Amino acid sequence: MSLITPEIRASTIASVNPVAKLIAAILLALVLLLSIDWASALVALVLEALLLPFAGLAARQFWLRTAPLWFAAPLACLTTVLYGRDSGDLLWQAGFVSVTEGSVSLGVAIGVRILAIGLPGIVLFATTDPTDLADGLGQVLRLPSRFVIGGLAGLRLVGLFIEDWRFLALARRARGVGDSNLVSRIAGQGFSLLVLSVRRGSKLATAMEAKGFGSRRERTWARESTFGRREWTLVAIAVVIAVLAVTLAVALGTWKFVLS
Amino acid sequence: MSPGRVAGGVRITASGWGWRHASRRAFAVRNIDLSVAPGERVLLLGPSGAGKSTLIQALAGVLGGDEEGDQRGELLVDGHRPASARGEAGLVLQDPDSQVVLARVGDDVAFACENLGVPRDEIWRRVPEALAAVGLELPLDHPTSSLSGGQKQRLALAGVVAMRPRLLLLDEPTANLDPDGVREVRDAVARVLDATGATLVVIEHRVAVWQAMVDRVVVLGADGGLAADGAPGVVLEREGERLAAAGVWVPGHPPRRPTRAPLSAGARIPLLTASGLAVGRTGFGRRVPTVVNSGIDLSVASGDAVAITGANGSGKSTLALTLAGLLTPVGGALVAEQALADGASTAPHRWRSRQLLPRIGMVFQDPEHQFLAPDVRAELAIGPRAAGLGAVAVTARVDELMAALHLEHLAAANPFTLSGGEKRRLSVATALATRPRILLLDEPTFGQDSRTWGQLVDLLAGLLDDGSAVLAVTHDTDFVDAVAERVLRLDTLPAGAIL
Repeated sequence: MSLITPEIRASTIASVNPVAKLIAAILLALVLLLSIDWASALVALVLEALLLPFAGLAARQFWLRTAPLWFAAPLACLTTVLYGRDSGDLLWQAGFVSVTEGSVSLGVAIGVRILAIGLPGIVLFATTDPTDLADGLGQVLRLPSRFVIGGLAGLRLVGLFIEDWRFLALARRARGVGDSNLVSRIAGQGFSLLVLSVRRGSKLATAMEAKGFGSRRERTWARESTFGRREWTLVAIAVVIAVLAVTLAVALGTWKFVLS
Repeated sequence: MSPGRVAGGVRITASGWGWRHASRRAFAVRNIDLSVAPGERVLLLGPSGAGKSTLIQALAGVLGGDEEGDQRGELLVDGHRPASARGEAGLVLQDPDSQVVLARVGDDVAFACENLGVPRDEIWRRVPEALAAVGLELPLDHPTSSLSGGQKQRLALAGVVAMRPRLLLLDEPTANLDPDGVREVRDAVARVLDATGATLVVIEHRVAVWQAMVDRVVVLGADGGLAADGAPGVVLEREGERLAAAGVWVPGHPPRRPTRAPLSAGARIPLLTASGLAVGRTGFGRRVPTVVNSGIDLSVASGDAVAITGANGSGKSTLALTLAGLLTPVGGALVAEQALADGASTAPHRWRSRQLLPRIGMVFQDPEHQFLAPDVRAELAIGPRAAGLGAVAVTARVDELMAALHLEHLAAANPFTLSGGEKRRLSVATALATRPRILLLDEPTFGQDSRTWGQLVDLLAGLLDDGSAVLAVTHDTDFVDAVAERVLRLDTLPAGAIL
């Protein structure tokens, strides 16, 4: 398994066209960014959690992929509670750190919101094969194939860069310049990696051009990418979640439009 | 439908053709007058720098337009300019890694067809056919990242075959492969040509690989034009000596071997001892190293020349990196003897980078990994300077090495812009510059023509005669014959073997 050929378990969500997943994730994120309140985020998060089993992610894989969120959300919540804008009753104070009702509810709203936006994004893409995504972007959204296929081919190089990075470190040690401090070593190695990646990129470009890539001829697609009932269903589910979240938040009076 | 139904090969005609890259003052190739009949199989030879690759890229139509360079005369494929006939010609290049485009075998083969606008049904008919034609019968969803070098080159060939080209262009497709890989690719090309009747132009230093299956040899002159052109037997008979002198590997004209002055038995001092050594690497994001070979016993003394051989995946490169003190042994013992340790600890992987430098040198398989400086001269100076030599001594040593490896004319060039063979020579030179007691090399002779091969072998022989030890991972039997006294053959561990 690698970045570009991930092992994806067959599941309801894995079989949906990646373009639909992309639209669903962006739609949810946009709506949830319109307000900072705990209710809309919590409603979205609960509904998303109900759909999680359909992703077919193994538990270990789920926690690994979403680990950054579980770290970031409480941290953002805590800092907002301690240092966020104060309002309402004062609950606790020590020096310039003050905790008020307003800062607590703002903190919770931000923490839950990070999860509600991040989880569907990560889970949807953990069940996506990059090749399928490129096919979808090119055929369903009709993005320029130069851009889509070029990006996909470039992604394959990322695996090579990881390997390059390790060899660069070994090579610096072998050449007698591996004792320098961490900062200058990383800077030097980073520059070498940049040079290497530009070279790999240009070689790849020649190889692709030799196979007719980038000619004026209309391209065909070997793998068909379709947008059908399953895809519309996923997008509809995202719309329902967004509508429910906003409606309930407004009904509870917590909705706070960020631009007003 | 088999690839055999494709309509034969193209005719190539060149009259007074030449090309100058926009960034260069001199013409890369000029005054080419040539006519190749449909279905002819041509081996293209010539000294390095004669413009072989430029000619083949022009035929493939990837040289670019007027802004990329100046063209003289005329070069036609079946009567039209090559660039307007994309898809007529299929090109396979030297580097296996940079030719894979997509993540899965089937998709990668389909890629060229997609670009040519072949309908979907037709693409999936052609893909398995093309894979069968090159003898790469793998599942279509097999990941391309797990292929060997020889398999990657056959995959590149399959992509080209699926385009149904009538002109097959190969630019040293086997230069970076082990002997098995060379055979695989050559046989695959032969099968494809027999089935399609396509015209072939192949560039290769090692004549023996293709000699039997081409029907014409064309030799480019160093100063433009053709130096020779005709049936292989005739051209090699008449021009063999001159070609060999120019660096082409011509059967029956082996390169000069160095005269050795080996150390007397008493002068041999033990340097490094491995007992029951297990080697492996820790994968990205893993904690436990994967063992690639174990139970390795080896003792290295001054003046020793050891060749490390074995199949792909037997852990040769990993062993070399471990012996070089760059990777931590996974098991067993690796001990630096008194004469090598010389005050440092007995475990090479614990040495500081500067302690390593005068003791053990390492030449990596990919030379580009070890280049650090903006020009060749500065590149060679890094090691000696890090070893604490004064400015005068550094300059003297750099000059001496550039002369010995014929790199003087490149002193101001950026290492990354050198040709494949030059890069490899430079990487060997950077290791020689610090005169390590032990030198490890990973495939030092890949891509060398017979002349530069001779220079490399001479230098290594000199290093051995001066009392250093040389260990080389290599598939090159000529090299083993010329330099090595001992061969350490690694067997592939059975899959899933543990320590």
